[in-house]
Amino acid sequence: MRSLEYIVFLSLVVGLAWPAGLYLARVFEGKPTFLDPALQPIESLLYRLLGVRKSREMTAGVYTVCFLLFSGVSTGGLFLLLLVQHWLPGGPADHYLTTPMTTDLAANTAISFSTTTTWQAYAGETTLRYLTQVLGLVSQNFLAGAAGLALGIAFIRGFAREPSATLGNFWVDLVRALLWVLLPVALVGSLVLIWQGVPLNLAPYTEVHKLEGGVQTIAQGPVAALEFIKNLGTNGGGFFNANGAHPFENPTPLVNFLAMLAIAVLPASLTITFGRMTGRPRAGLVLLAVMVVLFVGGLALCDFAESATPPRLADLHVSGGNMEGKEVRFGIGSSVLAAVVTSNGATGSYNSMDDSYQPVGVLVLLVNLLLGEVIFGGLGTGLYSIIMIALVAVFLGGLMIGRTPEYLGKKITASETRLIVLYALLTPAVVLVLTALAIGTNAGRAGLVTNGGTRGFTEVLFAYASSMANNGQNMAGLNANSVFYNLTTAIAMLAGRFGLAAIVLALAGRLGAQRRWPTTLGTLPSDSAMFGVLVFGTILVIGALSFLPALALGPMAEALQH
Amino acid sequence: MKLRKNIWTAVVGVISLTVLTGCIFPLVLFVLGRLLSPGQAAGSLVTRNGVVIGSRLIGQDFTRPEYFHSRPSAAGSGYDGTASGGTNLGPSNPKLIGDIRKLAEDYRKSNGLPADAAVPIDAVTRSGSGLDPHISPRNAELQIARIARARGLDKDAVQRLVTNHTQEPQLGFMGSPHVSVLDLNLALDRAAPLIPR
Repeated sequence: MRSLEYIVFLSLVVGLAWPAGLYLARVFEGKPTFLDPALQPIESLLYRLLGVRKSREMTAGVYTVCFLLFSGVSTGGLFLLLLVQHWLPGGPADHYLTTPMTTDLAANTAISFSTTTTWQAYAGETTLRYLTQVLGLVSQNFLAGAAGLALGIAFIRGFAREPSATLGNFWVDLVRALLWVLLPVALVGSLVLIWQGVPLNLAPYTEVHKLEGGVQTIAQGPVAALEFIKNLGTNGGGFFNANGAHPFENPTPLVNFLAMLAIAVLPASLTITFGRMTGRPRAGLVLLAVMVVLFVGGLALCDFAESATPPRLADLHVSGGNMEGKEVRFGIGSSVLAAVVTSNGATGSYNSMDDSYQPVGVLVLLVNLLLGEVIFGGLGTGLYSIIMIALVAVFLGGLMIGRTPEYLGKKITASETRLIVLYALLTPAVVLVLTALAIGTNAGRAGLVTNGGTRGFTEVLFAYASSMANNGQNMAGLNANSVFYNLTTAIAMLAGRFGLAAIVLALAGRLGAQRRWPTTLGTLPSDSAMFGVLVFGTILVIGALSFLPALALGPMAEALQH
Repeated sequence: MKLRKNIWTAVVGVISLTVLTGCIFPLVLFVLGRLLSPGQAAGSLVTRNGVVIGSRLIGQDFTRPEYFHSRPSAAGSGYDGTASGGTNLGPSNPKLIGDIRKLAEDYRKSNGLPADAAVPIDAVTRSGSGLDPHISPRNAELQIARIARARGLDKDAVQRLVTNHTQEPQLGFMGSPHVSVLDLNLALDRAAPLIPR
């Protein structure tokens, strides 16, 4: 039964990626689509408001600056909203909001949501007003997600165009991502979620009289407004503390399945968009195939680890897989599927608690985060994650055959290689240095309030890997609401979003300015199965070289202990 | 590049797009939700004799032998609807092993099972939300004897209730078989009304 769900899921992701990818290409090449009559008036109105001329293109530098300005204003606005939220009207009542919105928590949360990380050092139901969740968080789920998609499209144009000084217009890409992609899909998806039971109300927390007597207070809220876009925009921050495990956020296996499709389909489809816009469809398919192989491997390993009766419970006569931190309606299958998809998809909306996973299960999730989310990945950002590694593979391949490396007719010279290496080194540098800092200081170790030993180390490594990958899921045994963690995870989130994006756009600008060199007999073909194997190997080698020692101290050591 | 102009565009952009996605979108959804699925939008609340007795989706705790028992919970002091969450205990944490050992002993004792009887794992582990409204069909079946005795009902009658309330994987392949504890207990109360304590 579990394998059937996995197979149907993967088939749908691949099957839907094709039409979705072609649609995305039409949207961002400005070709007509069936939604034009409804959306073009809103589009023109927005351009007039923003003072944007659609035909004015931007260089990589200007594109980057506009993206940074937009994200900066978003962060600042959300930060202010969080600081004044206790003056906002509406629910929940003050006495439920027991977590104080400190300056460091507000800053961490603002950065977290404007970078699509949606790392949460707070519990939604005891910290935020309904209005904060809708005005501040729902909107940033849309805006930051759309900005990520714009980045991915600009990156594709670097390969698709020749020779061109520009990568498109950031504001136009942003608006079209919102109007043609995120808003319509989220509207339909959210309605299905409400039908399945996800609430959408502004009611006060409801007191019910339990069957056995006594009163239960149930947290309510405009949950459905957040629920679909948090996955579609690959953000993932939950309305409630338990995120996708909470029955109001994820009431049925169908909702869970749709949420996972919302995470994976668009990032997967961008490989098709890439193939279409560059005129090399097979190159896109090779990347998709690498993603699928890595996905299946991780899923199989995680399923194997979680479905066995936990070895440490062997003498307690307990039957069934590891259900600590998992919901019965999802069982092992839908839980593992969500864990693997969210850890691949830069989305923190898990439906089971990572911290109670078996060591090998955690290892899979952690490796997904550390590889920089090359499997589907974040919306827009996932595509450049895998292509950056593909470029490393191109470079290695070039060394092997002794030719100037090139990808899709664009030469990878010394200066491009410098940017690629910088990109590949940034994640290990940030994650490992911050992990060492946390483990080496009292302020960092103070967060280990639930688990110690190897599991405690893994919690810390996981926190920075998740922040750097702009994923946002956590091993929640770590108490991360402290000045130390609010500050250090924010640094990782900023580096993971803006550091990597700046490198990627600079590279795209350089490549776009090149003319496309003709394919010759000496060219390493970038659309063959052989190239796919090379990319696959490069991903594993880079991952192992960067992180094997850290992984050995964490989940690997734990798996070997008894 | 005119930096000042782009700063202006960024400010206007964030404000206008926030109005679009953070005000208009939720408002449209709110109205449509009210029209199409009013009960679900309000939190799937269940009323009996004019009293709201819970939400179909949110688990509650049961301790009396006459009721099916929910899973153990880590939400607040147990099934606290304002404090969702799991234990976050790692699988090698001695506290987790100790908790499960104790929970398994309690489960066997309250259901009259021998000391080496296999206990379904959902009965002795805490869910991620702490609000899991469901138990596994096997967990429900092991509680039938206790409930039949406490209610003076025929075991087969209780078994039929469990069978009728077992939800198979959605569309045949999504998720796991599960039984809603609240629905099942409401059905029990209809079959053999309980005198409130």
